[in-house]
Amino acid sequence: MIQTALIMMGVGIFAGIAGSILGIGGGMIITPILTLGMGLNIKYAIGASIIAVIATSSGSTIAYLRDNVLNLRVAMFLEIATTTGAITGALLTGVLDPKYLYLLFGCLLVFSGWNMYRKLRRGQEVLQRVEPDRIATKLKLNGTYYDKAEMKNVDYQVENVPAGFTVMFGAGVASGLLGIGSGAFKVMAMDTFMKMPLKPSSSTSNLMMGVTAAASATVYFFNGSILPGIAVPMALGILGGAVIGSRVMQILPSRWIRIVFIPIILYIGLQMLFKGLGVHF
Amino acid sequence: MQEKQTATAKEMAQVETIIGRILQVGVIVSAIVMLIGLVIFLITGQSGYPGSTMPLSMGAILVGTWHLKAYAIMMLGTYCLILTPVLRVIVSIYAFYKERDHLYVAITTLVLLILLFALFIGVHGD
Repeated sequence: MIQTALIMMGVGIFAGIAGSILGIGGGMIITPILTLGMGLNIKYAIGASIIAVIATSSGSTIAYLRDNVLNLRVAMFLEIATTTGAITGALLTGVLDPKYLYLLFGCLLVFSGWNMYRKLRRGQEVLQRVEPDRIATKLKLNGTYYDKAEMKNVDYQVENVPAGFTVMFGAGVASGLLGIGSGAFKVMAMDTFMKMPLKPSSSTSNLMMGVTAAASATVYFFNGSILPGIAVPMALGILGGAVIGSRVMQILPSRWIRIVFIPIILYIGLQMLFKGLGVHF
Repeated sequence: MQEKQTATAKEMAQVETIIGRILQVGVIVSAIVMLIGLVIFLITGQSGYPGSTMPLSMGAILVGTWHLKAYAIMMLGTYCLILTPVLRVIVSIYAFYKERDHLYVAITTLVLLILLFALFIGVHGD
């Protein structure tokens, strides 16, 4: 029993560090470890991974808020899209063939991976336009964050707000319909479509994921999907890991984070494409 | 324009500090409750409930916590953790209100309402 608790705590620390740096939540890391590694029933793995998402979000945003990397206005504005999307997705279950969603989002993620690679090649992280985007200015979405790696304040502008909002809505639909985590989509919407720098994108994604996950977590909580003996030591590990990870993330150059992010986003994208095409391994 | 933007940034910093504090307290409280439950579970070696069952209603969890049953306390801590993002939304509404940003009071309130609606109809996923 103590052994299980220690393993789960260790897994949690790892998932917390990785999830908070990349803004993808711990679900993607937790689920395969629990099902493949520990032979846990998928029902309990999903329950544990939703707690993981919330723990990553809450653990990491403690540090982010103090360090002002997060963009709260972007988070709240886009949260409208993700939450209504999640409800729509849940209502569309059985109506819409998930195949097309897998294909659509698979393509989007691969495109986003390619786009990130180009950004990496160009080495340009921050967008500065002469003419600021009208909607972004009206909604006060443009922001500033302190980059500890570069040791300076970085002003950035946000653009393509309608496109970002639409992708967020789609991400919500996908998560409500397919039951998949949507951290990668959220980072994609902000980084690729709205041209936000990677660090604010990642930390804003982390905050948003916690909010969206809270709604579904209550359902899982009361239907018995959450095993305390597994979820609690894991959540404690994640909280600690996320605090460490979010601090590490601020010191890391955006380039490095992007280098780690690209293969992950491509991996998820290809996995979804194969699922949509009906290819199983 | 420039002046207005710096004022917004300063206001934002203030808002974020308030939210950060309250969230810290929320997260630390849930972590402590979970930790107490886990320690009791590991020391006694008992969940407090027969077999692989666990308390699933708020009433059962509170009664179990009163009797210091490990799983009840662990579930209570988990529930507190689930509520921390909701707390964040509520506190943000207050913070935007203090900032006199009516647009974002409306936006964040809308998020809270959608969230409550989602809780009500029981959305799965994410």
